[in-house]
Amino acid sequence: MPTKIHVQNIRKSFQNDKVRLQVIEGLDFEVNDGEFVAIVGPSGCGKTTLMNIIAGFLPPDSGAVNVNGVVRNGPNRKGIMITQQGSVFPWLTVKQNLLFGLPDDVPNREALADEYAALVGLKGFENNYPHELSGGMLKRAEIARALVVKPEILYMDEPFSALDALMSLRMQNELLRILAIERHTVMLITHDVEEAIHLADRVLVLSPRPARIQASFEVPFAHPRRVSSPEAQALRVAILKELGVTESV
Amino acid sequence: MKGLKASLPSIIVIAVVVGIWWAVVVATRSAIFPTPWAVVAGTLELARDGTLWEHIGASLMRVGAGFGLAVALAIPLGLWMGWVHGAFVTLNPLFQILRPISPIAWIPIAILWFGVGNASPIFLIFIASVFPMIVQTTVGVHTIEKRFLRAAENFGVSRTKLFLKVVFPATLPQIIVGMRIGLGVAWLVVVAAEMIALRSGLGYLIIDSRNAGNRYDLVIAGMIIIGLIGLMLDGFMRLLESMKVVRWRYAH
Repeated sequence: MPTKIHVQNIRKSFQNDKVRLQVIEGLDFEVNDGEFVAIVGPSGCGKTTLMNIIAGFLPPDSGAVNVNGVVRNGPNRKGIMITQQGSVFPWLTVKQNLLFGLPDDVPNREALADEYAALVGLKGFENNYPHELSGGMLKRAEIARALVVKPEILYMDEPFSALDALMSLRMQNELLRILAIERHTVMLITHDVEEAIHLADRVLVLSPRPARIQASFEVPFAHPRRVSSPEAQALRVAILKELGVTESV
Repeated sequence: MKGLKASLPSIIVIAVVVGIWWAVVVATRSAIFPTPWAVVAGTLELARDGTLWEHIGASLMRVGAGFGLAVALAIPLGLWMGWVHGAFVTLNPLFQILRPISPIAWIPIAILWFGVGNASPIFLIFIASVFPMIVQTTVGVHTIEKRFLRAAENFGVSRTKLFLKVVFPATLPQIIVGMRIGLGVAWLVVVAAEMIALRSGLGYLIIDSRNAGNRYDLVIAGMIIIGLIGLMLDGFMRLLESMKVVRWRYAH
């Protein structure tokens, strides 16, 4: 598979009063086209900063991010970010949100918006405002808004962390169902190791600040996965160990 | 029924205040201060000969004109100042100096510039309501949550679309708050402005009733009507707050 994203030796620090905080120190990795890569790491290790740099919202101090072999120097529609807080516009209906990112010259915009609303299970809610939706439905709307513009990459920063455990699991299954239809390259940041094993092809473990890649795990299981299987649990223990958590099985 | 039950305590309070007023006037045998009934009679008298409607109409027209001009200037200016940092840095200090000056202090200048016609009170209302609306609109733009701007940036929309679909609707709740404040101040000021000059308006009614033979029943009638219309105007602005496109901001 060709390389989709190439993160080249990026560094990032923040100046806070007189203290210089090195957040990312020489990170280097590649993500293949169509691959689902999850990044886990201790909290405060700079995961979100890393994602913001890769998605183009933040410039690195040094190094570069190549997407399709071209240096990325700003966000664009080819890579859509989905965050924990969400960013569905509360002043627009579900449908208006979906139409938001679609240029006016896209043929059949309306039909396309309806199609993606239906894809995420929001048929019948197109004309509702976000405050009339539940947390899970809001997340579906956000995913639909991202997908409708046909991005090549999805950047997901703790996308389901604000949901309750059951809804989070349900949304993970939904995401897998959708990804089986539309092959996207996905980068997922999560603190939930089981979520990473459930979804990703590869799990990268970041070190505490300044963030480096500490370990990389392939997840060789076919979908649909059972996270409770002994193999998956063994992988989970191995990843947790890298994160400094030991657990009796 | 539920609404009635909720407003029962406030109705009782108003009834008690009116009752005390009535009792005190009767007890002191005041020759000048009217009873509530005298005020009602005076109001009916004005309503019957039509002058009441003229006064109300004149006041509302002045508020409409002054407030309308202020809205037309304050919203674009506030959006611009909120969005363009240079505009904010340049203009904000001036507005912060002008803002605390009571509109009443502008009366001599209003008379000097515009004479004693309709233009003076319209100018005063404009001055009174424009600054709160500029400030609220600017604050509205400044407090747009970054996640929304970021999403807009992510989708790479045109500047026009960014403004129409994100900046303006995100600011709208604050704009409406500004308009509520602005209209409230405008209504306060129209009455004060009409007390100075002119031949019509509720402010004029109050001063003229006092000067032309101590008609305190009409003074108080004017005051109560001002209060009731102010309440109604605020009610209209509250209707704006219940629009679906802004309810996300107020719904807690």
